[in-house]
Amino acid sequence: MRGTDKRTTVRRRVFLRGAATGPAAVAVAAAGMTIGPEAAWATDLRSLKPATMTVLARAARDIFPHDRFPDRFYIAAVLPYDDQAAGDAALRTLLEDGAARLDAEARRRFGKDYIRLPAEEQRVAVLKAAETTPFFRKLRGDLVVSLYNQKEVWAKLGYEGSSHEHGGYLHRGFNDLDWLPEA
Amino acid sequence: MARFDLTDDGVVVIIGSGAGGGTLGNELAQKGARVVILEAGGRHEIADFINDEWASFSQLAWADARTTGGSWRVHEDFPNLPAWIVKAVGGTTTHWAGASLRFQDWEFKARTRYGAIKGATLLDWPLTLAELEPYYARAEDRMGVTGTQGIPRLPGNNNYKVLAAGAKRLGYREFHTGNMAINSEPRAGRTSCRQLGFCFQGCKMGAKWSTLYTEIPAGEATGRLEVRPNSMVLRIEHDTRGRASGVVYADAEGRQQRQRARIVCVAGNSIESPRLLLNSASSLFPDGMANSSGQVGRNYMRHTTGSVYAIFERPVHMYRGTTMAGIIRDESRHDPRRGFAGGYELETLSLGVPFLAAFLEPGAWGRGFAAAMDAYDHMAGLWIVGEDMPQARNRVTLDPEVKDRYGLPVASVHVDDHRNDIAMRDHAYGQGRALYEAVGATRSFETTPYPSTHNLGTNRMSESPRDGVVDRWGKAHDLPNLYVSDGSQFTTGAACNPTLTIVALAIRQADHITGRMARGEV
Repeated sequence: MRGTDKRTTVRRRVFLRGAATGPAAVAVAAAGMTIGPEAAWATDLRSLKPATMTVLARAARDIFPHDRFPDRFYIAAVLPYDDQAAGDAALRTLLEDGAARLDAEARRRFGKDYIRLPAEEQRVAVLKAAETTPFFRKLRGDLVVSLYNQKEVWAKLGYEGSSHEHGGYLHRGFNDLDWLPEA
Repeated sequence: MARFDLTDDGVVVIIGSGAGGGTLGNELAQKGARVVILEAGGRHEIADFINDEWASFSQLAWADARTTGGSWRVHEDFPNLPAWIVKAVGGTTTHWAGASLRFQDWEFKARTRYGAIKGATLLDWPLTLAELEPYYARAEDRMGVTGTQGIPRLPGNNNYKVLAAGAKRLGYREFHTGNMAINSEPRAGRTSCRQLGFCFQGCKMGAKWSTLYTEIPAGEATGRLEVRPNSMVLRIEHDTRGRASGVVYADAEGRQQRQRARIVCVAGNSIESPRLLLNSASSLFPDGMANSSGQVGRNYMRHTTGSVYAIFERPVHMYRGTTMAGIIRDESRHDPRRGFAGGYELETLSLGVPFLAAFLEPGAWGRGFAAAMDAYDHMAGLWIVGEDMPQARNRVTLDPEVKDRYGLPVASVHVDDHRNDIAMRDHAYGQGRALYEAVGATRSFETTPYPSTHNLGTNRMSESPRDGVVDRWGKAHDLPNLYVSDGSQFTTGAACNPTLTIVALAIRQADHITGRMARGEV
């Protein structure tokens, strides 16, 4: 069977792209960006606090944990919130308050801010406690698009995307499954 | 190309350009009638289609506000998206997968065959298979349905290979690559399928039948069909004698226009069609046009759907090739020993990563979900299409609060599954899982029904004017020149994807309408 190329292509610049394709915008984050409490990429924001943005990225990874995805896929999924929140005070409040509450819950349960909790189980317990809040539902719902609509994510998962320009799959493996007997 | 005057009261006005409206418009124009099709959506040609799920959804889907109610899960997960249908010239024939099945004889007689079922408003169609057979044949020929009319079937893709191998293991006998309105070889001036895998996003080969590039241009070529895109009909008007006299619509600039009409045919799908009739209430028709029975909007059906996805040790790449690449028909029979009335089909289905993420398990998160997505290219999928029970309370009503940009109430869709629907879905889930497990699935998923793609029954056909909205020709019981020409006229839904039957009914209705016109009856 014809496999697919699952290597990640490296991009050097950060740029945000408008939401032409769905409910949430998709950004492309640069190689080397990682999620952490002192992330440099989160210091240059228009509207959200850096601490809020890093919590969102950490939570994104904990909500849809794909161990083969680099952090920057998750950063790209939440970065558009900064622009959106700049023109939407209610969204800004929802995100700032939601992130602050995750921190508060993390401190209450485990004595540390959410992003400083070392164990995924602890962070997931904090998210579980927030599962029914509008903040969590908004974040999870948006991530379905802002994470899974990234073309680099498609490649990682073995989905090849647009096929018309390649002549479809007629001669590219539409029926190349070879591990089952013909029925 | 024809252009008719707004004051021309000799035209047939058709509302909607999908399987029903687009086909009817062409048929009538071919037979000499002058026709105006008013289509709410824009005109996107084949070259405009996008091999990208969300981008295509933004281009084609009917995203205008709607509301939902009831215990169905769509209400919880997608409260403003009860249906996944299209607002564009060609209607949902741009988006459909192409499955073209004839009803079985007994599926026109559900009430008789199944008997009384508590809570269900079953009714026999005022129509038999024998009567519709010649029209089914014409529809199959027109649409180029594989496995009929001497047209070869399509080759099976990887997703089909898994389905077929599992079907064989389970002892199923009737499984194949389906009866699809997708060219398996060049035909009718259209090329053949190149297995793009984007049937739902508008076929960029034009290999799949859609009224957009078949019926509509054929009708336009007669010089007697005018299609007006971006024309949202707001209400149907009538004269003092209770005859439909024309429609008021908002044009592309939002200006209200009044098109006069000799006959009005409603083909806006089972949500917008009843909404339009209800929004057309007047002193003569206080409960909505054609609604003396109170049945407009009721008996909404959406098929007992659901999907099973399964993960295998080896790759599948289900997204390669036709979306609906094969079918198992063995369960499409009435056998109450299974614990429910009516039958169902199992058809392959695949979604790309973007849509699978949205629909596999709405609301899910965490490692269990991520692991499933990680196995995307090792996944196979199928869709259940079963007959659901019509119920009086499953209905489209006018939302008491939410209005559209023209100030008109939007449609609200209420659904509670009937216990027969649930029993059938559970049976089908079980069979789907067993099928995949028989060929080595390591994990399988019972995926909840998507927003409805098959929307049926809200202006149903009935022998008696008390029981339904239209007669055996789709003509309103209450008005002499108002027709319903879409799936909303279905009395029951059968275990069949509905498009072929909508097209067959439209061809038959065109014969009937032109006959009446020739006889001066209308």
